[in-house]
Amino acid sequence: MPQVTLTVNGKQHTVEVEGRTLLVELLREKLGLTGTHVGCDTSQCGACVVHVDGISVKSCTQLALQADGANITTIEGLAAADGTLHPMQEMFREHHALQCGFCTPGMVMTAIDLVQSHPAGLTEKEIREGLEGNLCRCTGYHNIVKAIAAAHPLMHANAAE
Amino acid sequence: MGFEGIGASVRRKEDVRFLSGKGNYTDDINRPGQLYAVIKRADRAHAKIDGIDIAAASAAPGVVKVFVGEDMAADGVGGIPCGWQIHNQDGSPMAEPAHPAIATGKVRHVGDPVAVVIATSKQEARNAAELLDIRYTDLPAVAHLTDAVKPGAVEVHDGVAGNICYDWAIGDKAVIDGVFASAHKVVKLELTNNRLIPNAMEPRVALGDYDTSSGDFTLYTTSQNPHVIRLLMGAFVLHIPENKLRVFAPDVGGGFGSKIYHYAEEAIVTWAAGKLRRPVKWTADRGESFMSDAHGRDHVSTAEMAIDREGNFLGLRIATLANMGAYLSTFAPAVPTYLYATLLSGVYKIPVIYCNVKAVFTNTVPVDAYRGAGRPEATYLLERLVDVISYETGIDKVELRRKNFIPADAFPYQTPVALQYDSGDYQTTLRVGLQNADWDGFEARRAEAKKRGKLRGIGISTYVEACGIAPSAVVGSLGARAGLYEVAEIRVHPTGSVTVFTGTHSHGQGHETTLAQLVVDQLGVPFDQVEVVHGDTAKIPFGMGTYGSRSLAVGGSAMVKAMDKVIAKGKKIAAHLMEASVEDIEFKNNTFTVAGTDKSKTLTDVSLAAYVPHNYPIEELEPGLDETAFYDPKNFTFPGGCHIAEVEIDPETGVVAMVNFTAVDDVGRVINPMIVEGQVQGGVAQGIGQALMEGCGYDADGQLTTGSFMDYTMPRANDIPNMSVATENTMCTHNPLGSKGCGEVGAIGSPPAVINAVVDALKDYGVRHLDMPATGPKLWSIIQASAPRMAAE
Repeated sequence: MPQVTLTVNGKQHTVEVEGRTLLVELLREKLGLTGTHVGCDTSQCGACVVHVDGISVKSCTQLALQADGANITTIEGLAAADGTLHPMQEMFREHHALQCGFCTPGMVMTAIDLVQSHPAGLTEKEIREGLEGNLCRCTGYHNIVKAIAAAHPLMHANAAE
Repeated sequence: MGFEGIGASVRRKEDVRFLSGKGNYTDDINRPGQLYAVIKRADRAHAKIDGIDIAAASAAPGVVKVFVGEDMAADGVGGIPCGWQIHNQDGSPMAEPAHPAIATGKVRHVGDPVAVVIATSKQEARNAAELLDIRYTDLPAVAHLTDAVKPGAVEVHDGVAGNICYDWAIGDKAVIDGVFASAHKVVKLELTNNRLIPNAMEPRVALGDYDTSSGDFTLYTTSQNPHVIRLLMGAFVLHIPENKLRVFAPDVGGGFGSKIYHYAEEAIVTWAAGKLRRPVKWTADRGESFMSDAHGRDHVSTAEMAIDREGNFLGLRIATLANMGAYLSTFAPAVPTYLYATLLSGVYKIPVIYCNVKAVFTNTVPVDAYRGAGRPEATYLLERLVDVISYETGIDKVELRRKNFIPADAFPYQTPVALQYDSGDYQTTLRVGLQNADWDGFEARRAEAKKRGKLRGIGISTYVEACGIAPSAVVGSLGARAGLYEVAEIRVHPTGSVTVFTGTHSHGQGHETTLAQLVVDQLGVPFDQVEVVHGDTAKIPFGMGTYGSRSLAVGGSAMVKAMDKVIAKGKKIAAHLMEASVEDIEFKNNTFTVAGTDKSKTLTDVSLAAYVPHNYPIEELEPGLDETAFYDPKNFTFPGGCHIAEVEIDPETGVVAMVNFTAVDDVGRVINPMIVEGQVQGGVAQGIGQALMEGCGYDADGQLTTGSFMDYTMPRANDIPNMSVATENTMCTHNPLGSKGCGEVGAIGSPPAVINAVVDALKDYGVRHLDMPATGPKLWSIIQASAPRMAAE
């Protein structure tokens, strides 16, 4: 079986995978990182979004082998070592932007990329459009949009420090 | 630490774990030696199974076993039971055809299980399932309600004539016909309530485990009610005594009703684990969810209101066809009867109501309760009908509603359809709704939109619903085969912290937070010293789970009762410790005090004495401070309110933009306003989804045409407006909290508000009614068909 070497949440792993193994399967089944979820089979729902070299990617739509040499961040890798939450995680909690929690990891990873790629600011419309690839059935998105808007200044303030 | 009791928007206990990827969902659980099940499903709606050749699949790499329906039948496995029995008008019981976990003889809907392949990996099981050689003889199929009841229609079940599961009625036909015969005017509306697919974001998962040393079974499952699953599966399907069967529903990623029911896959993996002496796990692909999760709604109705000259409602006559799908799911028969027809009085004084419901089998996925369950169908029917009455009589739609409302001083109000509403104030929720939506400023907004070439419309819905299900004796008399009480155990630990064991189940509602707030309020225990345990039959007492917005009104009330017992016992212990009379002990703010003195003992002093009973009234009192209470509600609860939708239609494309949505709901006592608002927002989004975009499609052959998120339109962030959500509460009069429930109001009140707004936007096009979903192509066709007539005028 072919091998893939990748860095996940700062830790390097070398794993044997089948050619058809998806990145999400590697994360969940080989590395035990079950925070990344699978909510569909057509790349529609976004529950599986992780960062591959800093960019949000649906990990159900990438083969594990394609991630060879990549630097991956999953929801488990966001908080600081002492447990301090990432500003996006904190704002999701503050604004009740999650209910059942299943779409949440993918939603948070997408939201972070969205904020990072819009340093000048995000309108409500831009946030809603930016979530086009993520489904949530619980919240009606209302509080997710609020949380992302609230996280934007915090993340860019942190980046500026 | 701020205020964390009743009324505080406390941030949720569960959030850090969910936000850090540390949730424990069923698919995150794996057991040593675990095997993987892949279910081969019917790819056609109706066919005779002539034979299944399992040889090639059985010999495929990694395959441990292939089972077909006959294997389960030969082992004495029972069919999937239905939990509710309805009787026909003539008193005979409904048709209740067998529902084998794996089909035998015939398949009856796309997705019906035909075989299960169990292998050492999911990939191997999936590969082998492709090697199954299933020989079918296709039979004609029927998917749509109106086709299924036509004379000569194909029968889904042999011996169920005309596909009628039951023919049920409420009210007096002769009386209603008399009212209609003498009425000033009758307004009639035919409408459908579109079939929906619930689509909780977490697909269903079931993991069966068998302990060879003890002979105990464990089922890990995505369920809203683990004890109900244990009872149904243990007693009726697998014949496992309940003491040998544990059902654990850990973190569950949304339910909306679809995870209430006992599903075939739960029985298959548990049975297979016993046969193979190894854990067996099944995880649904989303495609399987579409064709195996119970669907929702799917009614076709004719509604008629008799009115007098002033627009007062005199009588309501309804005939409804309700799709059951191919088999009866757990609660299915109750939805179009006791959860629907009993709500048909709505918020109005309607002296006489008659409703006939025919439940119909079709070659489709079973249909059962989906967020709101029957009440959205009743609300949609009434609130559309009221708008059509306004359209036909010219009476203003707000005035028409006001005039017919049950007045605030009329409670308790007995409706003609069995329910007695305990409290409500519909004029107030309407008044605040109109204010919050700036109803009076609408015409200016419409005119402004017109300048931009957009058709703007506003729609209103005033509703009531019945939840907090339910009084056991009442639902028993209506056909429920279970009680619907709830239970809570309050365990005060020796050092004063508390664990709550609740029979309700949280799958997004935030019970770990809200229920802890009840303990903060009543026992004065700090929020961070309260833990809420749910979902595991090995830990919690026998409870009925979460659906019908019952967790707080029924489950929370059970907690209040259990905490009353804790306080009563604590007073006896405190009296002993302080050498006072029990009658003189008061409890407040976590402290027992001898009235009129400065002598006091904290709850911790008392709990420590209870578990270390050295100085203790041991002759009269058992040690320990751990109380359980079962609470059976006296009545349903009746949340209500006013929803107002504002839309803009682009006449060039027919596409509807939701521009404003205002909800003012009466949910009774609110424990956590932040969570209530979130529940309403989520429910409204599902209602907007139903009204504008969602719709399950079957073609004439029974093939599911909306089998993925590519085909079934789910609301996305950009489809939903920024919402205004508020409450104007009256208290429930018959439970100790005064709470009514908030989980379903959003999905119940909103669809008619949206469609009323769409119809209002199209008022210049002569539109009287249109069916959901109001998609762009549908509206574009209406606009195109009307445009020449408008131009000619």
